[in-house]
Amino acid sequence: MALNRQPNIPDQDVFYAELIDAQRELSDDQADMMLAKLVLVLSNHVGDRGVLSEAIALARDNTLATPA
Amino acid sequence: MLQTYTYPEFAYAQSEEQRLGKLKRHPVVIIGAGPIGLTQALDLAYRGVPSVVLDDNNTVSIGSRAVCYAKRPLEIWDRLGVGEEFAAKGIQWKVGKVFFRDELAYGFDLLPEEHHKMPAMINYQQYHLEERLVKACDDSPLVDLRWKHKLLAIEQNDDVATLTVETPDGIFKMEAEWVVAADGANSDTRRMVGADFTGQFFQDRFLIADVVMKAEFPTERWFWFDPPFHRGQSVLLHKEADDVWRIDFQLGWNADPTEEKKPEKVIPRIQAMLGPDVEFELEWVSVYQFACRRIDQFRHGRVIFSGDAAHQVSPFGARGANTGVQDCDNLGWKLKAVLDGAAPVALLDTYHEERAYAADDNIGHSTRATDFITPKSRSSLRLRNAVLELARTETFARPLVNSGRLSTPTPYLHSSLNTPDSATFAGAMLPGTNCADAPILRNGGNAWLLEQLGRGFVLLSFGPAAPVTVGNITAEVLEVGKDIIDVQGVLTERYDGQPGTVYLIRPDQHVAARWRRFDPGRVQGALSRTLKLQ
Repeated sequence: MALNRQPNIPDQDVFYAELIDAQRELSDDQADMMLAKLVLVLSNHVGDRGVLSEAIALARDNTLATPA
Repeated sequence: MLQTYTYPEFAYAQSEEQRLGKLKRHPVVIIGAGPIGLTQALDLAYRGVPSVVLDDNNTVSIGSRAVCYAKRPLEIWDRLGVGEEFAAKGIQWKVGKVFFRDELAYGFDLLPEEHHKMPAMINYQQYHLEERLVKACDDSPLVDLRWKHKLLAIEQNDDVATLTVETPDGIFKMEAEWVVAADGANSDTRRMVGADFTGQFFQDRFLIADVVMKAEFPTERWFWFDPPFHRGQSVLLHKEADDVWRIDFQLGWNADPTEEKKPEKVIPRIQAMLGPDVEFELEWVSVYQFACRRIDQFRHGRVIFSGDAAHQVSPFGARGANTGVQDCDNLGWKLKAVLDGAAPVALLDTYHEERAYAADDNIGHSTRATDFITPKSRSSLRLRNAVLELARTETFARPLVNSGRLSTPTPYLHSSLNTPDSATFAGAMLPGTNCADAPILRNGGNAWLLEQLGRGFVLLSFGPAAPVTVGNITAEVLEVGKDIIDVQGVLTERYDGQPGTVYLIRPDQHVAARWRRFDPGRVQGALSRTLKLQ
């Protein structure tokens, strides 16, 4: 299976709001920790090593391609 | 310090060749009488090859150092007659606990697989182990163990290596067809041949302490990340024999090794960890910094490197001595075949091929554990802590916690000595894999499969087969149902032993090839391949 790079989240605006909302009243450190945990939880759910490698590479390459 | 163990002093004796001033050529000279050098000498003796072992000291390892021995090394030592004793005297543990900050994150039970003669691992002090190996060498007519013999120089040509050796009686020369350098991480021999030894140094320091403690602590492995008694660092506690406990404190890069080793500094640390009421005595303390590196080539002409002289790993996962013993396992039969003229020198290059592959695998495991235990950046620390916090309630996160993985053998799946499968098999016994043990009956008595393997090449057959010879090497038949009985069915299951199946097994108890029916021509081809004759 390849990484799905097409839109795949139903009701995307509400999803995004939920993500933001989950960080409410967290310190910056707590918010960073929450995101780290979310990455781990979702990575475990995906499980597929090929997909995970593609996702990691995409996130890294996109970051490096963005001017600091 | 040192309450539980008295160091033996082994007697120096002048050799006849030095006394007579007569240059003598030996088939094998081993440099270093540590666990690896001694094991190599015993394995060669087991195969009928005499060796001389030189050591510049006259006692065993100072301090317990290596402490954890895994199943495969125990199986190798069992072949050499000392494995049962180590398994009986060593400490076995099954339960591990991981603490994060001031609470238990989770506990685990290793649940070792059943039906193996040797346990998954034991904890045993290196000095005990070495002392027993020394005795086994002394008992062997084929091992000539020489204390207070320091190698000063080594010269070699295509046929022979000439060693310059210093003893209390002066300097003399000896010749060796093959030299095995097992003189540790700071190998002088490695410097003498000009080999590269490169890799990664970790910017961290660890304090190891062995303490004697009668307290009723359970025999479990406890690992703390960022505990209240040692903030921001990690700590490991586990048990050795004789009420000795091993404690590892991560100190960080800026720690002063001399200062940290002082009892007035060490004792309060340990007291804070064990609690104010626990009585203990320090037995041994050392501060170390570690590296993961490996030699460029395991063979430099007539000089062959093994153990820490060939590869160094971080201590997490107990891979130093364990992998070194497996070097001996791999090298012994190959040296024997080359010395006997049964195989070309090219067979010795497969020692590099197989063991450098294993060393790289071990270095990978060890580096990954180190990176988890001592994160190198703020964001990797956050991810590490995220794993630990999740692990308290989420079972999925627990396998990600890496405080050192149990050392298991690296199968030589891509070795040039293997004959690839031409049929389909279930199970784990792929060519290049070390043979799994299984309970059997032999001559009506309980026995183990591995006890039947290891002397020479074996055809393990689940049906009729006949011995196969190449040159002066013969693979003997061990027929299941005739020579040995698989009473519990474990053997047949582990080897997917459908009727007619035949395995060609190397003298180091590794699978070389397998077929669904016995065909002498194919066995001959595989045996030639395993001896590097084609």
